[in-house]
Amino acid sequence: MSRIKIGVVVFPGSNCDHDAHYVASTILRQDAQLLWHKDGSVGDVDVVILPGGFSYGDYLRCGAIARFSPIMKDVIRFAKNGGVVIGICNGFQILTEAGLLPGVLLRNKSLRFICRTVPLRVETTATRFTNKCTKGEVLRIPIAHGDGNYFADDDTLQQLEDNGQIVFRYCDEHGNVTPEANPNGSRNNIAGIVNDQGNVLGMMPHPERASDSILRLTDGLKVFYSVLESFGISVPNTTVVSE
Amino acid sequence: MKYHAKVIVTLRKSILDPQGKAVEHGIHSLGFTSVENVRVGKFIEFDFEARTYEDAKQLCTEVSDKLLANPVMEDFTFVVEEKRERSQ
Repeated sequence: MSRIKIGVVVFPGSNCDHDAHYVASTILRQDAQLLWHKDGSVGDVDVVILPGGFSYGDYLRCGAIARFSPIMKDVIRFAKNGGVVIGICNGFQILTEAGLLPGVLLRNKSLRFICRTVPLRVETTATRFTNKCTKGEVLRIPIAHGDGNYFADDDTLQQLEDNGQIVFRYCDEHGNVTPEANPNGSRNNIAGIVNDQGNVLGMMPHPERASDSILRLTDGLKVFYSVLESFGISVPNTTVVSE
Repeated sequence: MKYHAKVIVTLRKSILDPQGKAVEHGIHSLGFTSVENVRVGKFIEFDFEARTYEDAKQLCTEVSDKLLANPVMEDFTFVVEEKRERSQ
């Protein structure tokens, strides 16, 4: 395969849709398209991205109403059939509301909206989203959310830990996962998880905001390159130069 | 028959409610220092048509469980009443 088709869903209130589309088309040089939330189908795409933003104004709960947008029925079907889905920030919230990922994102413990670049530790490279990373590697990727406080009950949390479904954890600059390095109160410092099939990723940090060298942050590319690699597309040998 | 529903959604007891904590601090600042266990929830009301009271409760349960509350973190209670025309 030389190119894949990447569909970015646009909900009313999405605001990272064009960034995701830009990265998919201009940086990754794949076939990218925007998918309107009222469409009944995702078409023949290989990857669906649910972008960040404030779908439906975050009314009721973040992602609660977007989850009932017409296209979500097909996104759920696509995911259940093994299709690759990436939910970023609001997209992660929508995935939990839709039941494609366990748990929920609560209000940040500080009650403050947090917008800054944070270090993340890569917990597993055995996913199609992190195969270009090394285990324990620290990525620097921005977060920008008011509701990113990951919560799941004890049993669910244990399952996530046991199955290696926790992909990213908030950590300090040296990769230590500490309470001080936890920006929002997430249980077990969770920043990103995959479903048990490994085809659905949800993460609060924004890899699409760390994929263009002009921004001096390119660690997000490792996530996208991993996905391309998993489709058999040759990608540059990472360690893209920052600065 | 027309019905009126009042739904109250609250965070589960096991879940920390930082918003409730902030409100609690505010109440303490007002001088009511004995106030504790403040929790913030949501109130939603709506009208709808149903055949029987049982059907009405059924509908309300479904709406609450599927959309108004997320069972992972929230509980809900509701009251359903017949809506009388022109009375208020």
